[in-house]
Amino acid sequence: MTLGIVTVSYIGASILFILALGGLSNQETARRGNLYGMLGMLIALLAAIFGVVSANYVILLGGMAIGGTIGLILARKVEMTQMPELVAILHSLVGLAAVLVGYANFLGHDASITGIDKTIHDVETYLGILIGAVTFSGSIIAFGKLSGKIGGKPLLLPGRHWMNLTLLILSLWLCFSFVEQSAMGEGLSPLVWMTVIALLFGIHMVMAIGGADMPVVVSMLNSYSGWAAAATGFMLNNDLLIVVGALVGSSGAILSYIMCRAMNRKFLSVIAGGFGTSEGSVVSGGSEQVGEVIAIEAEETAALLLESKEIMIIPGYGMAVAQAQHTVNEITKTLKDKNINVRFGIHPVAGRMPGHMNVLLAEAKVPYDIVFEMDEINEDFPNIDVSIVIGANDIVNPSAQDEPNSPIAGMPVLEVWKGKTTIVLKRSMASGYAGVDNPLFYKENTRMLFGDAKQSLDAVLKAITS
Amino acid sequence: MRIGVPKELYAGEKRVATTPEVSEQLHKLGFSVAMEAGAGKLANYSDEAYREAGVEIMTDRAQLWADSDIILKVRAPAAYLDQNIDETALIQNKHTLISFIWPAQNKELMDKLASTGATVLAVDSVPRISRAQKMDGLSSMANIAGYRAVVEAAQHFGRFFTGQITAAGKIPPAKVLIIGAGVAGLSAIGAAKSMGAIVRAFDTRPEVKEQVESMDAEFLMLNFEEDGTGDGGYAKVMSEEFIKAEMDLFARQAMEVDIIITTALIPGKPAPELITEGMIESMKDGSVLVDLAAEQGGNCKLTEKDKVVVKHGVTIIGYTDLPSRLAAQSSQLYGTNLRHLLNDMCPEKDGNIIVDMEDEAVRGATVINKGEITWPPPAPKLSAMPKQAPKPESQKVEVPPEKKSGAMALLTTFIVGGIVLLGLGSVAPPEFMSHFTVFVLACFVGYMVIWNVSPSLHTPLMSVTNAISSIIVIGAIIQVSSTNKEIMYIAGFAIFITSINIVGGFAVTQRMLQMFRK
Repeated sequence: MTLGIVTVSYIGASILFILALGGLSNQETARRGNLYGMLGMLIALLAAIFGVVSANYVILLGGMAIGGTIGLILARKVEMTQMPELVAILHSLVGLAAVLVGYANFLGHDASITGIDKTIHDVETYLGILIGAVTFSGSIIAFGKLSGKIGGKPLLLPGRHWMNLTLLILSLWLCFSFVEQSAMGEGLSPLVWMTVIALLFGIHMVMAIGGADMPVVVSMLNSYSGWAAAATGFMLNNDLLIVVGALVGSSGAILSYIMCRAMNRKFLSVIAGGFGTSEGSVVSGGSEQVGEVIAIEAEETAALLLESKEIMIIPGYGMAVAQAQHTVNEITKTLKDKNINVRFGIHPVAGRMPGHMNVLLAEAKVPYDIVFEMDEINEDFPNIDVSIVIGANDIVNPSAQDEPNSPIAGMPVLEVWKGKTTIVLKRSMASGYAGVDNPLFYKENTRMLFGDAKQSLDAVLKAITS
Repeated sequence: MRIGVPKELYAGEKRVATTPEVSEQLHKLGFSVAMEAGAGKLANYSDEAYREAGVEIMTDRAQLWADSDIILKVRAPAAYLDQNIDETALIQNKHTLISFIWPAQNKELMDKLASTGATVLAVDSVPRISRAQKMDGLSSMANIAGYRAVVEAAQHFGRFFTGQITAAGKIPPAKVLIIGAGVAGLSAIGAAKSMGAIVRAFDTRPEVKEQVESMDAEFLMLNFEEDGTGDGGYAKVMSEEFIKAEMDLFARQAMEVDIIITTALIPGKPAPELITEGMIESMKDGSVLVDLAAEQGGNCKLTEKDKVVVKHGVTIIGYTDLPSRLAAQSSQLYGTNLRHLLNDMCPEKDGNIIVDMEDEAVRGATVINKGEITWPPPAPKLSAMPKQAPKPESQKVEVPPEKKSGAMALLTTFIVGGIVLLGLGSVAPPEFMSHFTVFVLACFVGYMVIWNVSPSLHTPLMSVTNAISSIIVIGAIIQVSSTNKEIMYIAGFAIFITSINIVGGFAVTQRMLQMFRK
């Protein structure tokens, strides 16, 4: 196969990948888009295998077959509530691959490159491994946090900002020494040292970030995995890798940006970690909670629901934890049969990764045309008879709008309190992730349905159907 | 403790202080209940029904009073000379009397009650706080009066309330003006609206605008800034200029509307005159005015208390007993109000009441405590209305104007970025620059494409980008043919893990996308 054909195949694959991402603009074209993506990957793989591979087919095909099988099993078995974990662990694999390819390339010592080309090539290798290593260890920690193997609380080492700065300077210095040594045909040790530092940095960075900032972290790691691929592409002079890396990198970056905006936070402050601690002292001072919460039972909830015409359901991470999405769908169906308009309002950062709630609801077969984004429905709350908040807290907290001192001030929130009645499903009166008390619970038109979301909703469903 | 419910003696009073349903609940609180025979008859509750609810029916009135510890009544006790009975004489110092008292208007009665040493709770003095709403007999009665006012108006009005287009011609809907949007006014709005009329309402307190509009009625505004909110959720007396503007508005409305219902009352003062004789004259013949303030002198001078009169072709209704005209309903609500009050006073549910002067609701209602006059109570701490102090504007979180600094930052980014690119371009070889071009363009393509992705598909986006970014496998494929064993194994391993990613990523994306169904 000539180089020309390989290049053409790469161009075709690039176009197909862009179409794959473009297809995701709406649900109808999304499936076709995914098929484009698969086709693009297939073309790229075939071109690479037939174009450049000359030996060691066993390892190549064997690795692909075993890896592919494992991937398929993973994809089949994963619960939709575990999607964030799966995505995180897959990110780590991309990171690891970038590290491995970088090392393999370095060990290959292409003697034909010299002078400034050599320097640039070395910097590319170095960057590819650096980003890959950060992605790898960061994603592993993110996976641990998301699956509950590591506690969700941010780990805040004293002087962590200084530590990060030291690591950064150290890796810069290692970069220079690597380029220098590499010119003389060595340089493995700075590379290894850098890898260790990058791994530590990745661990430390994600450890310092708390559970509800996970959407930002996951999309950030997504972005990194793209940049790692792009850096590898530069290293290998491969435009396909560069294009794909840039696509994925900007995709992740935009997602991070969207998530940060949805929390009204600066990207840097999320990455620096430790949310709600520095402002901790002003949290309680802001407002005095007057009034008491009014509890409600499942039967009353059912009666309320049956009496209303417009219902809005606001799911949060609590729904995912309790695996309540199927019951939610049953309730929705029952109410819709009784000609009650049920809709869903999704906050951009609800859940642990972008779009998490949409996937869960889709899994439970909630039709996507009754699932709305915050901006689409926030105006409608005055017309809503009952809003049901399932395991969400900060995203429905009115102090984001009313209290300039609140740590979440300015964050866009779903304005449930403007509706006639709000029912909040909650395990207990503990405050949300941000550690901010929620005045919503004390409002006169709010009712609290305490208990596990799944059990509570099952009881409500029973009361509705009987 | 034993509750006694005597028959109401006031002429035309049909209400009774408890119903069979309520007495059952009183039993559950541990009280025993006795009633005078025939007490509920005018409200359509038979003695038999009470008996079934476990109430003892007594014929001897004096005995009933003597045997009871708590007396529940509707009207304040009084002497009925025509029937030769003086209720105030039946009160003993062991009694706790709960009824309407109107302490401000009935100084003499208060002194008399105090001299007996009894404890008296005035239902009309229950403070207007959120917690005490369930015991607020005044609100219950006002609600009924407002509803009934519309019914009375309908009876004397010669046309439909609702508009219709019939074969015999078009019927315009009636126009109803309601002055004073308190409990009674809102209730009247609801009733008139549900009968199909066009309803307008006016109130001096601007915060009720929302409530009026929530009932689908039109709120009439004055071009005048003055807030008529007084203490405890009631209205206060307004300034002269305000009243003039208000009267102009009413005069204009009077020419247009068919029915006016006035509910304007200021606590402890004679009712303000809102509808002048001139306005009545200007109203169309056959129009109706219902004056709910007739008891306090009326919002119109032509109103005659407890009578229906026709003046200048306008029917003026001055009934003061509107709640009593819906006796079954008002007895039920009033009885429930009293039960809530007793429930509050009886924390142990053992049928013994405690007059807790620390409890704001009970404190407000208690006008005489063991012979000692405790009226008026200290001002209520919390109004049922939202506090005025923090203006909503100041509560809004200020969004700092970032536009300018944003433009500056953008410019700086461009300049710095340009310099860096120039620096790079001056040293880098052409081959690198061509790759770099591809890279930058791809970033922009990604930027454009990703912003179009529906937020609901963000999770599939992540998993598919994940699969795609495993294109890094190409790097490993290039290296796998190396003769160097180390490189070969490293590349092989990289191929292995990226394959997990490729297949896993695409498969799980496909699985997710399959689930998105309409």
